[in-house]
Amino acid sequence: MEIPYTVEVRPDTGLTNGKIGIWLFLASEVMLFGALFASYILIRTGAPDWPRGDTILNVPLATFNTIVLITSSVTMVMAWASLMRNRFGTYRLYMGATILLGGVFLVVKYFEYSHKFELGLFPSTNNFLAIYFTLTGLHMLHVIGGMAVNAYFWGPGAKLWKTNPEWFRNRVEHSGLFWHFVDLVWIFLFPTLYLL
Amino acid sequence: MQATTTTDHAADIDRHVRIYISVFVTLMVLTIVTVAISRLHLPVPIAVSVALLVATVKGSLVACYFMHLISEKKLIYAVLGLTAAFFVVLLFLPVLTHATGFWIHHQ
Repeated sequence: MEIPYTVEVRPDTGLTNGKIGIWLFLASEVMLFGALFASYILIRTGAPDWPRGDTILNVPLATFNTIVLITSSVTMVMAWASLMRNRFGTYRLYMGATILLGGVFLVVKYFEYSHKFELGLFPSTNNFLAIYFTLTGLHMLHVIGGMAVNAYFWGPGAKLWKTNPEWFRNRVEHSGLFWHFVDLVWIFLFPTLYLL
Repeated sequence: MQATTTTDHAADIDRHVRIYISVFVTLMVLTIVTVAISRLHLPVPIAVSVALLVATVKGSLVACYFMHLISEKKLIYAVLGLTAAFFVVLLFLPVLTHATGFWIHHQ
């Protein structure tokens, strides 16, 4: 059975099913991270004192990671633009760069986490570290998920380009929307956890 | 006619790419601004306000241009409007509990 409205838009919504699907999913993601941000506010405002993030966390590494993630958002959108220009080779380069930058982000996070554990700083140490590990850990899972989808569209999933290029463009656009959302969440996590 | 349409499409994508690069540069500058402001060690309420303001500008740029929200269909705006309303309620719940203090006093 063929999946309906993958390329042509539904007359009632004016959108493809994939597009409305990814946005509904992102809406649920907003509520997930929103609940955690609300918890953070509640815990922080209820605490008698709260440490500044930069006294515990590594700001230069996090700044580097912010630059990495923003750059990966640009390479992601350039991958989609390459498909719009029918340049599949360029798409592969940009998509490969996006996956690679996601990997760089995770490696930096690995070193950050390792250093904290070496110093005996764990989620159970205090409320600040509990919320830090929860938020950044959940964000990292999203980075891994996004990388897996992007890797699929870079590799085996790219076969669709030969048979149905328009559908493939749409799928890359949708995975891009998720990737940009992951970037957007980090844009708020960075100052909230590291700088305030 | 077909050739003109293809040329228009290519020009349109080129224009988009130029916007993406401009947004990228702006995001980089704002990242530096965020870190620089944190070095000023402003009082907490001001520091939080400024940091969140800059983050909101950065987030809006990503959403508007990379996620193409600046030219989306009405249904997407409706979904996001509803999400934003619930998100605001979610963020204000801690404020309400603190204002009434019921979660502290009614145990």
